Amino acid sequence: MATQPIELILGRQFIDSLSMPVFLVNPEGTLIFYNEPAELILGIRFGETGSMTVEEWSTIFKPTDADGNPLSPDELPLVQTLTHHKPAQGAFYIHNLQGERHLIHVTAIPIEGRPKRFLGAMALFWNSNFS
Amino acid sequence: MKIKVWGCRGSLPSPGPENNKYGGNTSCVSVTKQDTLIILDGGSGIQRLGKVITPEIKELHVLLTHLHIDHTMGLGFFQPMYNPNIQVHLWGPSTTIEPLLHRLRRYFSPPLFPVRLNELPKHPIIHEVGNSEFSIGDLQIKSTYICHPGPTLGYRITDGNAVFAYMPDHEPALGSAHFPSDLEWTSGVEIAENADLLFHDGQYTAEEYKTKIGWGHSSINDAIAFGEACKVKKLAVFHHDPLNCDDRLEEIYEEGITQTKPNYSVIICKEGEEFDLG
Repeated sequence: MATQPIELILGRQFIDSLSMPVFLVNPEGTLIFYNEPAELILGIRFGETGSMTVEEWSTIFKPTDADGNPLSPDELPLVQTLTHHKPAQGAFYIHNLQGERHLIHVTAIPIEGRPKRFLGAMALFWNSNFS
Repeated sequence: MKIKVWGCRGSLPSPGPENNKYGGNTSCVSVTKQDTLIILDGGSGIQRLGKVITPEIKELHVLLTHLHIDHTMGLGFFQPMYNPNIQVHLWGPSTTIEPLLHRLRRYFSPPLFPVRLNELPKHPIIHEVGNSEFSIGDLQIKSTYICHPGPTLGYRITDGNAVFAYMPDHEPALGSAHFPSDLEWTSGVEIAENADLLFHDGQYTAEEYKTKIGWGHSSINDAIAFGEACKVKKLAVFHHDPLNCDDRLEEIYEEGITQTKPNYSVIICKEGEEFDLG
């Protein structure tokens, strides 16, 4: 069977132990893991969804600006990181599956394995409603 | 292919009468098929292997899992390195910054060793591999990075329908979610799955492992669970703790078997032992 690269396996273990919300995505943008604090943002548990394609999770994770205008994927830090393989940062609002509105700050970083293989990205969230 | 163990001790050579049964040399395993000779790791066991290389062998391949000293310390004492009639190929893990050749030169240079690589009569050919697939003779080889400190590879060698998997230093329980039940998220599965024979790290007892988490090695119990999850046919527990004598190895093996009750063959790897995978 296809197993995840060791860098993502260890990345999952790392974020699983954090109390801050984190997404782990592969190079195609598939959300392959999110930790328990991130479940609060999405309003759904990872155990219920498993991995989700970018089309799936972006419908759950509805990003808008302060006036409620939808943001295009290109404006999301995580998508920018996947596209350009560079860190990106931003803040926006989301509506989750529970109908809650959150202001979140996101820092996305690329994951490059040995030797310079692009393996995906990690997005760290700072949820202003919770902090 | 035929497989022979020239060293299965971990960390440090441990000669002595108390270790005569399982051996004291560090990691080295030969895999042969007709004229093809592959040597897995260059631990102290490679020195004895070097003395029995037949004159017909003009080329051989040393596949290093990683560059920790117990896996490389024998290279300078491996006679074919000094034989101009033999071309030695050294394969090892690629890293982001430093070429494998430069990392090997750290060993082949003073003060660790008096002879430099460029002073050998025939410079070894260096091959860097990562998550790779390649062939040597009729044997197909797959390598992937696995969970162990520093860049470390596991090797899967296929000869027709026969598969031999080699992961002497591996800690799959560290990075795995719900080890060993979620194979997609377990290090090393692609190397070991459905192998006829797996050599796998089992240095510690389950109790010892609790204080060694993150050191890069496995308990016997985790090695057995990993082999079972990967549906291997036979597991040879490898990388014996240098502090454990023959009697102690058998004691902790029995303890592991009693606790895990494996549904497949599990043995203690023994220096000098041979396996024929047909």
